Amino acid sequence: MRDTASAPALEVAGLAKRFGHVRALRGVDFALGAGESLAVFGPNGAGKTTLLRVLAGLLRPDAGTVRFGGAALVRGDAQHRRRVGLISHHSLLYDGLTAAENLVFYARLYSLADPHAAAAGALAGVGLEARAGDPVGTFSRGMVQRLAIARALLHDPDVMLLDEPFSGLDQRAAATLRSLLGRLRAERRTMVVVTHNIDEGLELATHVAIQVAGRFVSLGPRDGDLAAYRARYAEATARDG
Amino acid sequence: MASLLAETRAIAAKDLLLEFRSRTAFLSALVFTALVLAIFNFARDPTAVSATDLAPSVLWITFSFAGVLGLNRAFSLEKENRAIDGLLLSPASRTALYLGKTVANLVFVGAVEAIALPLFALFFNVPLLDVLGPLVLVIALATVGFVAVGTLMSSMAVNTKFGEMLLLVLVLPFLITPVSTAAEMTAKLFAHRPFAEWAPWLKLLGAYDITFVVLCTLVFEFTLEE
Amino acid sequence: MTATQSAERALKRGGILMAVGLFLVAGVYVRALLFTPEEATQGLAQKIFYIHAPSAWVALYLAYGVVGIFSVLYLFLKDPRLDLLASSSAEVGTVFTTVVLITGPIWGKTIWGAWWTWDARLTATLFLYFVYLAYLVLRSAVDEPGRRARYSAVLGILGALLVPFIHMTVYLFRTLHPMPVVLQPGRPRVPGPMLVTILYAFFAFTVFYFGLLARRYAWARLKAERAQREADGGDASR
Repeated sequence: MRDTASAPALEVAGLAKRFGHVRALRGVDFALGAGESLAVFGPNGAGKTTLLRVLAGLLRPDAGTVRFGGAALVRGDAQHRRRVGLISHHSLLYDGLTAAENLVFYARLYSLADPHAAAAGALAGVGLEARAGDPVGTFSRGMVQRLAIARALLHDPDVMLLDEPFSGLDQRAAATLRSLLGRLRAERRTMVVVTHNIDEGLELATHVAIQVAGRFVSLGPRDGDLAAYRARYAEATARDG
Repeated sequence: MASLLAETRAIAAKDLLLEFRSRTAFLSALVFTALVLAIFNFARDPTAVSATDLAPSVLWITFSFAGVLGLNRAFSLEKENRAIDGLLLSPASRTALYLGKTVANLVFVGAVEAIALPLFALFFNVPLLDVLGPLVLVIALATVGFVAVGTLMSSMAVNTKFGEMLLLVLVLPFLITPVSTAAEMTAKLFAHRPFAEWAPWLKLLGAYDITFVVLCTLVFEFTLEE
Repeated sequence: MTATQSAERALKRGGILMAVGLFLVAGVYVRALLFTPEEATQGLAQKIFYIHAPSAWVALYLAYGVVGIFSVLYLFLKDPRLDLLASSSAEVGTVFTTVVLITGPIWGKTIWGAWWTWDARLTATLFLYFVYLAYLVLRSAVDEPGRRARYSAVLGILGALLVPFIHMTVYLFRTLHPMPVVLQPGRPRVPGPMLVTILYAFFAFTVFYFGLLARRYAWARLKAERAQREADGGDASR
């Protein structure tokens, strides 16, 4: 990966996590510099979501360390949580509240200075100002995903984690999402995208990993095209799957 | 400390806003109350059992079950869209999450009680007004006792195979002290007994509240995935 | 030795302790029926006391105390064996509580004429039974071992702290129960041979409890070891 004098934006070493008798993660290591994005491909059950949840601070690993800009992730550390944003295929939003109410609530949780202004700004950023007063329950899936991105960006995180962000989106919504994510890349945010769909993840990535059964079987800068990765992925999953 | 209060308030306000919009749990609780009143009214023989004797028990049965109906909502509304992850991702403390939910539940149950109490006074013809102050104190203390434990239990129940049905099983043993002491004190208040007679119950209830509010706040974080 | 072998050894040792306990408990019956005088007012029925009281001691204090302590330890240390110990104690405690709730009414029927009176001690035992049942139902409702252990520990701690409150609540209400004769300040009112029998009964039941606990715990560990081996065995081929 990149060799820099300053600490990498995100550094992971020896991450392990088990649930009962199932070992979801068995030693994951990587480092990402600021502005780089890692796409993690893998079949279902490879532990990709577990990896993301550990990075987000939602799960505590049994072993290993996670560092953001050199600072280790300590359990119960609220400071770290400000640096991370998560977009998952669940929206993490309340259908009974309006778009604006959802964002104002999150702004309050993050102790932002002016919750209403922050919410309005975030809504404008994803093109949803017109629907600010509508309950999220009335939104289409594509709109929900855009609102989820607004929510994740509210507190201006250094690192964005995306878990199967394109799942359930139609062509148009997927295109909107792609352009939004492209903008994030242009803003030099560090990203980790986890997906089983190579086509969608590859575009965003500067680095690619393939995860099978709890560990990375391949990791490196993106150096091939879609076909090459498809082949590599098929080979990796056939060998270890 | 200031942020703890702000976070608690934000979470409680959000919960109450959601409940106010949908109103389903609140209405179920009120319907249940009306049902209990009606059944007791028709089922008893007015010459054999006086209303004042029955009233405290009926009152507290209603409050407990209406309370449990409300408790179920607390964490089940976080399951939709996995909103709970959003809460856990944020810098908001786990204590704020517990306190926020508990406060929201207290407001909910309190609202049901505030409507049910005058209805009871009406139907059972009990002299409320002269003991209203102490009565409200007793109701408040008992409600805090069972809502504090119930909120903690609902955080676990919602993540199990049996879901909300498990909540009643988990909470039932913890209802015994608050509800029975409150019912006893209510009876003594309706009968205008002197304070010295029901003071020991009050002390027990107070001790129960302090113990369990503190304990539940401390162990709450262990009910969240980690 | 491997974890499995150690669990199997523990199982055997637990079995021995359990057998010793069972033998001692049988001795209680022998002593109570053959070597202890009958009580004046209650007659033969009073002898149920030698089963009832020690079971209550085990169920309400010993077993639940163990559950509470090991629940706290689990939350701090996260060792799954602590959880297995706590849950084993809860199961054994439930059994003893059932004994109390059966012998109590039998005794009550013969001396008071009613199967159930809301007498203080028996009511407290019934409520504690609800706590035990809640604990067991909670465990059956969660499949993932880590979460199951955490949730059980939370309930275990709350339940253990509830025990004194249940007692205080129930005692504030009127009580019909025979006054505790052994634990009175000053000299116990029980004549010599009966005192010996009851103390021996407490001892025997305590040993029996530990035997059952040891065996149940060892069995739980063995099951966990086997499940772990199976899960690992599937992975080892990768």
